[in-house]
Amino acid sequence: MHIVVCIKQVPDSAQIRVHPVTNTIMRQGVPAIVNPYDLFALEEALRLKDKYGARVTVLCMGPPQAEAALRKAISFGADDAILVTDRAFAGSDTLATSFALASAIRKIQEDMPVDIVFAGKQTIDGDTAQVGPGIAKRMDLQLLTYVAKIADLDLNKREIVIHRRAEGGVQVLKTKLPCLITMLEGSNEMRFATMANMFRAARYPLKQWDKDAAGIEDVTKIGLKGSPTIVSKVFAPQPKSQRAEIIDCESREPKDLSVTLLAKMFTRYPNLAEEIGKNAA
Amino acid sequence: MSETTEQKKPAGRRKFELDPRLEKYKGVWVFVEHERGAAHSVSWELMGEGRKLADKLGVPLAGVVMGAPGLQTRRFCQEAFHYGADLCYLMEDPLLSDYRNQPFTKGLTDLVNTYQPEILLLGATTLGRDLAGSVATTLQTGLTADCTELNIDMENRSLAATRPTFGGSLLCTIVTLNYRPQMATVRPRVMSMPKKDETRNGTITEHPLGMIETDIVTKVLEYIPDNLAGKPQLPFADIIVSGGRGMKRPDNFQLIWDLAKVLGAEVGATRPVVQAGWVELDRQVGQSGKTVRPKLYIAAGISGAIQHRVGMEGSDVIIAINTDENAPIFDFATYGIVGNAMTILPALTEAFRQQLATRKVAV
Repeated sequence: MHIVVCIKQVPDSAQIRVHPVTNTIMRQGVPAIVNPYDLFALEEALRLKDKYGARVTVLCMGPPQAEAALRKAISFGADDAILVTDRAFAGSDTLATSFALASAIRKIQEDMPVDIVFAGKQTIDGDTAQVGPGIAKRMDLQLLTYVAKIADLDLNKREIVIHRRAEGGVQVLKTKLPCLITMLEGSNEMRFATMANMFRAARYPLKQWDKDAAGIEDVTKIGLKGSPTIVSKVFAPQPKSQRAEIIDCESREPKDLSVTLLAKMFTRYPNLAEEIGKNAA
Repeated sequence: MSETTEQKKPAGRRKFELDPRLEKYKGVWVFVEHERGAAHSVSWELMGEGRKLADKLGVPLAGVVMGAPGLQTRRFCQEAFHYGADLCYLMEDPLLSDYRNQPFTKGLTDLVNTYQPEILLLGATTLGRDLAGSVATTLQTGLTADCTELNIDMENRSLAATRPTFGGSLLCTIVTLNYRPQMATVRPRVMSMPKKDETRNGTITEHPLGMIETDIVTKVLEYIPDNLAGKPQLPFADIIVSGGRGMKRPDNFQLIWDLAKVLGAEVGATRPVVQAGWVELDRQVGQSGKTVRPKLYIAAGISGAIQHRVGMEGSDVIIAINTDENAPIFDFATYGIVGNAMTILPALTEAFRQQLATRKVAV
């Protein structure tokens, strides 16, 4: 079995700050990490490898420094890693990204057919959840999103049974390989890297593919040209027209303060007292 | 939407002429999502937004209903009219009884190619995101996920879709210029529910799916409904008391629970608090958690970072308690108390308790 896991290197969004005066992103010192959602996909792929035997290839599109994300994946136990990197990809939106990744996966297939493609549920920087479905449609793979559990895999019949998170419940779906699975967060827990795999990751001769190596001929499908969406404006959230009415705290006991607040609030929003009363009852 | 926004230069107000082939794409569509016999409220929230967009453009608003044949789908069409649709496209087929990507993608793609809307909106649910991503790729058009605001740029009559970016620290407005339809998803509860007008009516256009079961690779073996008993239901709560990192220690969170108990409220939290394991994931409010629209939201020890703000600013009344008078939460809260949540929460709990007790006596 051959499994491809798509991962992305993202800035650790928890550490992004906006400059208070210029409203620009302060990038300096923000560490790059493997998109946390992708780790659930990678771990699930490694579990299938442990159980059924598989070659796990990790694929990443990004700038040259994204190689760190791929080495991390090797240290967890992935077999191969390919970085698709080219200036021509700059400005790609999800449609252009899925085109580039699908081309790269087709190239990977030339070596060994792919049975399952894994992706994270979404990224923490783009948050779109669109690249996984995009790859599936472009490659005509059965799409399985928000997968919480792989219940069964029959490699002879080439059938897979999974639990998919749906609105208000779980769908148990059976489909045929090849398929694309996006894993739900919390569905598993990433293993620790072994010492042997860490050494391997450090020495691993990473493959770097430019657009030609990834089999992309039509440059109108990638980068800004291949992206229907255009960012027309980036801006900091505006404060509401009025600031909060600050209940004066100077020289006041918390009790007095609270009573004053409630009195003010119920005068201005008479229905709210009613609502709270109903709710508490 | 761009996965690599950072690499793009804002296009600004560029002059632009729509490809004549795309000019015949007219009208605003809302995909009406339903599961287990009930329409998802996000569909009606979107219908309210879609109405505003359609009115600005001077075009009709349509609902798209896909499902198994029966009274139910007709009922969803009627509801769509009540919430603002002028017409409905109805696709009925037994193959559409459960959501599956393949038939729904084919069906919706066929409808778009046949009736050519300029804007297509879907809820950012597990179903909506699965379907929207597939349809946009099949149609080779632009899709903007998780929008918090939808508008029309009147200069070129294009959809201006605003969403948080850079992990929520900034907002960006995204347009899809020379592609149709312009697609966007919006999360549940981000938009307010429109008023229902039961006197409204509209026309239904039926369209066949044109598939047989053997065309569809994926089979639904079972559907296991969630056991909702005891699970927090934040999106529809009327009152929410939330705590952030400013609560300092997990045991201080008891003060949040105490106030919530008096008010019969749900307990919410910010992402750091959930990640620290103080409360369960279902209680996270914000960009990567739930979006809520309660009548009263009490935020204790929450600074009001945009990631949290986008999930709760639709609340009617917001009371914020924070030690830092410059905390961003005071920029959009209704009432602010600059002070220590650990001393103010118990006093507030007591004040509410007394208020409720007097009210009972009065009644």
